[in-house]
Amino acid sequence: MDKSMQEYWRRNLRYMAILLTIWALAGYVFSIFLVQPLNAFQLGGFPLGFWFAQQGSIFIFVCLIFAYYYLMQKLDKEFDVHE
Amino acid sequence: MSIMTWTYIIVGLTFAIYLSIAWASRVSDTKSFYVAGGGVPPLANGMATAADWMSAASFISMAGIISFSGYQGCMYLMGWTGGYVLLALLLAPYLRKFGKFTVPDFVGDRYYSDGARLVALICAIFVSMTYVAGQMRGVGIVFSRFLEVDVNTGVIVGMVIVFLYACLGGMKGITWTQVAQYVILILAFTIPAMAISMKVTGHFIPQLGFGSTIASGPDAGKYLLHALDQINTDLGFAAYTSAFGKGQKPMIDVFAITMCLMVGTAGLPHVIVRFYTVPSVRAARLSAGYALAFIALLYTTAPAVGAFARYNMVNTLNNVAFEQAPTWFKNWERTGLIGWMDKNNDGIIQYRSGKAFEGKPTFAAEPGPDGRKMLTNKPTSSANELYVDNDIMVLANPEIADLPAWVIALVAAGGLAAALSTASGLLLVVASSISHDLYYRIINRQATEKQQLLLGRVMIGVAVLVAGYFGINPPGFVAQVVALAFGLAASSFFPVILLGIFWKRANKYGAIAGMSTGIGFTMIYIIQTKFMGIAPWFMGISPEGIGSVGMVLNMAMTIAVSLATAPPPIEIQELVENVRIPRGAKEASGAH
Repeated sequence: MDKSMQEYWRRNLRYMAILLTIWALAGYVFSIFLVQPLNAFQLGGFPLGFWFAQQGSIFIFVCLIFAYYYLMQKLDKEFDVHE
Repeated sequence: MSIMTWTYIIVGLTFAIYLSIAWASRVSDTKSFYVAGGGVPPLANGMATAADWMSAASFISMAGIISFSGYQGCMYLMGWTGGYVLLALLLAPYLRKFGKFTVPDFVGDRYYSDGARLVALICAIFVSMTYVAGQMRGVGIVFSRFLEVDVNTGVIVGMVIVFLYACLGGMKGITWTQVAQYVILILAFTIPAMAISMKVTGHFIPQLGFGSTIASGPDAGKYLLHALDQINTDLGFAAYTSAFGKGQKPMIDVFAITMCLMVGTAGLPHVIVRFYTVPSVRAARLSAGYALAFIALLYTTAPAVGAFARYNMVNTLNNVAFEQAPTWFKNWERTGLIGWMDKNNDGIIQYRSGKAFEGKPTFAAEPGPDGRKMLTNKPTSSANELYVDNDIMVLANPEIADLPAWVIALVAAGGLAAALSTASGLLLVVASSISHDLYYRIINRQATEKQQLLLGRVMIGVAVLVAGYFGINPPGFVAQVVALAFGLAASSFFPVILLGIFWKRANKYGAIAGMSTGIGFTMIYIIQTKFMGIAPWFMGISPEGIGSVGMVLNMAMTIAVSLATAPPPIEIQELVENVRIPRGAKEASGAH
């Protein structure tokens, strides 16, 4: 792998690490590990932890995939590896 | 027109649509047969993936399961959606660049080993067959409930329809039919959901109604979820939104099950192969996003429906005299999905926590004095008198919300679309594992295009027959083996594909050792806890979640053994570098 491809791969891994951290925060930390303390707060009629577990995390998952799509589209062009 | 007439018209119409699509997309080469020619636009692939993924269980049972388990229903909601993030970021783009037909193709080529290929293809067949049996049963049940035909007749009609379009059009026929099936199933799910949301909360959008106040009745002005918490507590259940209350699973178990379902989702072969059908790496990333957005539409509506339905059910049935019970209760009592045993002979329906009686309702031949169904089951000591099946929460929804007959018919068509679309995707995986992975890649590399295509079609026929057999004679263990399907996908495919892409040093010995350890551990644990009655001995994790542990063991083993043995050959390392770069993604091809 030449230098620029190594850099491309490194940047890709960094995007993944950031997005997967958000994924784990939404899906595991807010929805499961911290659900009880978060339920002390209300989001409209939802206890906050419950909302994350049954609604919010799913919306966040959808956004993460589209975010990755846009980030990678830019990255592919920058490194001239797009199709 | 009666409900029955409407149902025949709408179901007949949808079947006609599926068959015309099949005829229009009939194919004559293996590439179209296995990966729809690799030219499916991302939006269409997103819809097809969503229909492929959402089964009869998602459509009919999930909202009901959530309404009974409250907060803990999140295991399924997040487990069956969060896996798409893993798929979109970690697997789909690279598998698309690799560009073959099947999952065993990748495992066999990346680990330069027909042994690994064989293990992968056996897992693929096992996982898919487990699933498809349940789908054929689902088709039969929908038929019998809405059209009052025999369950077995329903299974056979379903078999014929799936066989026709899968056989004619292969993946191409399946894909375009799934697009139509998605549209039908999402309309059938959301129309009644909006109506019931309107009825309970006055909000049209279920996701908003879920978090707002109740429109009328004794709890008017209270938040729906607060009212449900109160109702649950009064009746002796854990509060609806409480996380780890009495009778519920502990935190570690909820975590393990959610993780296992997520990772299992990302490793299921019938989902992965959908990403071979798009034209480019970019399209693979985009279509994963569309797929999850389409899935999320149903998956964020289902918990709202669960909450509305529970509120409605308790409110209209609990402490109500039988004569005053709503008509939907009497209609559905006939089907055995709901049953009432007047244990204290006061003529009033009492709903409490605990089982009302042993097993599923069995009715006596003679009705009771006021026309009520008499049950012959053995009562329990619980004060609860009401048996409610999970499925009724979705099936009876249109009647509860007083919707016209055609909506009820649409729900029937939606349930069938969900079951048929999942069944067809799974059958193709089973067929291609035998005709492509086993026959063409291992037994006869000289097979002509014609021979491969013929064998592919014959194998779809065989798979339909086997699935139909299990649909008509469901083995008692189907419900148990679903845990096994996710556990196996999580502990076999996911780690092996992930390391295959992200760690060049992973070699054949590591992969084989890792897969055997992961599968072995997961299988033994599930057999011990599900069939031999041994208590879950690993941190109290249920068999449904043990695949998470199996996955970690698989990774540890693959890494340790790979490091202890020689690195993979240089051309394999180049292959890995190559799949990491989008440019030059050729159309998928089954040959080298």
